[in-house]
Amino acid sequence: MSFLLECPHCGVREVTDFAYGGEVRPGPSGEPSLRERCEHTYFRRNVAGVQREWWYHRSGCRAWFLAERDTRSNEVHWVGVPA
Amino acid sequence: MSARLPTQPGEIIDRGRPLRFTFDGRTVNALEGDTIGSALYAAGRRTFSRGFKYHRRRGLLCCAGQCPNCLVAVDGAPGVRACTEPAREGMRVEHLNARPGLELDAMELVDLVGRPFTPPGFYYKTFIRPRRLWPLYEKALRHAAGLGRLPEHQGERRWRTEYRRRHADVLVVGAGAAGLSAAIAAAELGADVVLVDEGPEPGGRLLWEGHAARARTLAARARAAGVEVLAAAPALGHFDGLVAVWQGSTLHQVRAHEHVFATGAIEQPLVFPGNDLPGVMLSGAVRRLIARYAIAPGRRAAVIGAGVADVLRAAGVEVVAVADAVLEARGRRHLRSVVLPQGEFACDLLVVSGGEVPATALVTQSGGRTAYDPDRGHFALAELPAHVWAAGQLAGHGTAAECSGQLAGLRAARSLGRGDDGSDTRVADVQALLAREQERWSPPPIRPGTRSFVCLCEDVTVKDIGQAVGEGFDSLELCKRFTTVTMGPCQGRMCQLAAARCVSEATGAPLDQVGSTRARPPWSTVPLGVLAGRPSEPAKRTPLHERHRALGARIAWAGDWRRPYDYGDPEGEALAVHRSAGLIDVSTLGKLLVRGPQAGEFLDRLYPNRVSTLKPGRLRYGVLTSEAGRIMDDGTVARLDEQTFYVTTTSGGVAGVEQWFSWWLTDWQLDVTITDVTQALAAVDLAGPRAREILGGVTSLDCGPEAFAYLDVRQARVAGAPCLLLRVGFVGELSYELHFPAAHGEHVWDAILAAGDVRPFGLEPQRLLRLQKQHLIVGQDTDSESTPFAAGVGWAVKLERAEDFVGKRALRHAAAHPSETVLVGFTVANGRVPTEGAVVLDERGVPVGQVTSARRSRQLDRVIGMAWVPLALAEDGAAVTISDGAARLHGTVVTEPFHDPAGVLMRS
Repeated sequence: MSFLLECPHCGVREVTDFAYGGEVRPGPSGEPSLRERCEHTYFRRNVAGVQREWWYHRSGCRAWFLAERDTRSNEVHWVGVPA
Repeated sequence: MSARLPTQPGEIIDRGRPLRFTFDGRTVNALEGDTIGSALYAAGRRTFSRGFKYHRRRGLLCCAGQCPNCLVAVDGAPGVRACTEPAREGMRVEHLNARPGLELDAMELVDLVGRPFTPPGFYYKTFIRPRRLWPLYEKALRHAAGLGRLPEHQGERRWRTEYRRRHADVLVVGAGAAGLSAAIAAAELGADVVLVDEGPEPGGRLLWEGHAARARTLAARARAAGVEVLAAAPALGHFDGLVAVWQGSTLHQVRAHEHVFATGAIEQPLVFPGNDLPGVMLSGAVRRLIARYAIAPGRRAAVIGAGVADVLRAAGVEVVAVADAVLEARGRRHLRSVVLPQGEFACDLLVVSGGEVPATALVTQSGGRTAYDPDRGHFALAELPAHVWAAGQLAGHGTAAECSGQLAGLRAARSLGRGDDGSDTRVADVQALLAREQERWSPPPIRPGTRSFVCLCEDVTVKDIGQAVGEGFDSLELCKRFTTVTMGPCQGRMCQLAAARCVSEATGAPLDQVGSTRARPPWSTVPLGVLAGRPSEPAKRTPLHERHRALGARIAWAGDWRRPYDYGDPEGEALAVHRSAGLIDVSTLGKLLVRGPQAGEFLDRLYPNRVSTLKPGRLRYGVLTSEAGRIMDDGTVARLDEQTFYVTTTSGGVAGVEQWFSWWLTDWQLDVTITDVTQALAAVDLAGPRAREILGGVTSLDCGPEAFAYLDVRQARVAGAPCLLLRVGFVGELSYELHFPAAHGEHVWDAILAAGDVRPFGLEPQRLLRLQKQHLIVGQDTDSESTPFAAGVGWAVKLERAEDFVGKRALRHAAAHPSETVLVGFTVANGRVPTEGAVVLDERGVPVGQVTSARRSRQLDRVIGMAWVPLALAEDGAAVTISDGAARLHGTVVTEPFHDPAGVLMRS
């Protein structure tokens, strides 16, 4: 795997500068059942396509941001900080 | 040394600068500019290596670093191509795979009498029985077929490769006429261009085809336009847009928006009986030997196909025959005669050319696709992905390379948004020029025979491929795996097309169906050491590191850190902590400052116990859990003032904890900042019954048991240095953890050691002291599934809290559903220390848990440990059986700390 990622604070860097934080998954709301909690904890959608995901600029500003990346081609369509 | 030709216009040897190296121990005279191969050839050497399987003699064939014939070892490193490796003074060159020597090779018998026994795959067929002898066969076969020996130890590695990241607008691979022109065109439109080439000088074939001056002009123009030219720098492969380029001691990792491939074409040998004899040479090799090194390649030459007859005559070589086809080459040690359609001719040089095929490997790795082109008789580029361009012979523009390069360079620059409408007009003009060029070519026939070699690397003949197809390996990819054709050092450069044609002829399938094999990186031979990078391991050292060394500490790795394990007497060091006082460097502890108006609320949401209720000047133990309620890390949280918290983490955990904290902070958007101050501060723990008295000697702070009580935090000067003092129970005795600026590290350490009866102690005694207190070590005694309840720190979880915190629901579940195993302490009666990781067995002998820590304690005079055991055994006095290798140990569960269970000492 090798591609470039744009940190919203620092700019474009090699992907090895960053740590991947997984897909963005809103936690279950209200009083979730055991099943809902387990699904949230242990299951991922593992999308083949564009997904919104977390990235951490480990070797840079050490801030988290969001990216929309195509998991098939590693093409990054959008990066930004959470609103 | 045989005479060289008179000065040639494009020669690169410096006749005024002789040098010497050795080949198999004998001195070879060379000139500056020579390659190993040219110097050896000039000195009269004709045999350079022995074939892989039949050990037939092999001589210079391509002189371009393509074929396997001149592979040698240089100063012990195998796999070097003599024909392209520059000769250096004093280098030690050796042949690779012949015994006892290159001239007399015992394995040559295989060629003379062993042929019926060595069909493709013979080693699977012949040597498989009896099975137990295979290791022996394997050793013998490996040696016979080997391509030299690799140095065995890291210490013998000579490469100290630096990685270099280079971002560019355009990367041009190949610096022939096309590549140079492409680089110039793009750079002159303002693009940042990198141009790489495997040759020592840019120019490609211009250099040996009589246009060396043009090559230098183009190279100068490219440099003037700002192109970064990397010579002697083969591109190894295209990896997701990143091209690895090896240049001496540097591995460039070039990432460009646009890629122009101008990798040229590779001259193919002809396939006919005896085509591997020394003396059979490609036309390009002959041109290079004459033009670059002023060497006459032979005395009497026969020439097939390409028009090098004039070049040979000009070099004083007698051309005895010119023909369109060759039937057979004869000779044993060297070519002696050649059979042509018009008769047999005595000669010592046969110049052949099987046409040129585009070097498509790198461009196909970038996503390009090839297809068989019947008009050209080879596999040509049929499709290019976006932002990838091809130029020169690779694009089928052999005779208009400069035009072709310009076109590719202009297009790449336009794709970047450089240039203007005028550039588009130029693109159209150049394209119109190129359209007129139409080369038609069909390859000469393949002449079958038992010594008609398709693949010189692996000694695969036309007959072998026919046989493989006959055995059912009837597609090119299958045939490749069975015969290993195209899998040798040349990576298909010399044999890809011929192999496809042989398979096509044997199966009757047309070439467009046969296709070509997939080209995988690396494209050029590269030492593994180059890819491995520098053999260095970055280490973190604490500000006190030199003090530990001076004290004779046994220093070892602890994660990324180099830490003192002990100072030679771990038991004595631990006893000193019980009897007087000890001092340990704990600078490796993670240290985070969490500040802001909402810092308390923030930490409340992260820790299962309450943090915001801490009063300034107090601290609390905290365990961090994941959303699944599993232990991630632990440490202390101290409140320095209303808005400032000082969080310590485990030594290896700070990066993960900071990442975890800031992830939640990003989500929650609270008014809090997190600062990692781990490396800015040194920290020591002063522990033992006399710790208070010793500390009192270096600070004016009132250290009395009431003024500075257990779990209190103070800020004061210690030995003059500003210091944060935490009263923690770290090792089970009265102790003070001191955090202070790293720059004062040695000063404070020295001052404390001088202040009384205090002895430095290392990591090993510290582990023993902690174990005596059953203080768990995250990652040692816990794993990714451990909950605080099961690990015995459930007291740090406050489920009754009204507000939410990370992992609360999972922890509530865990509290209601106790886990099957829990972490407890144990002692072993018979005195043997079980290995950490030893298995805990139930009464039926079934594994039900494991030992995580175990030590012998001299203070307690028994063996103690911690282990995960079934819930039913988690009570004082329960008997556990531990299986440790062959031994069975009988332990007794102890749920309370072994030492000072009530904690009187650490609170004193």
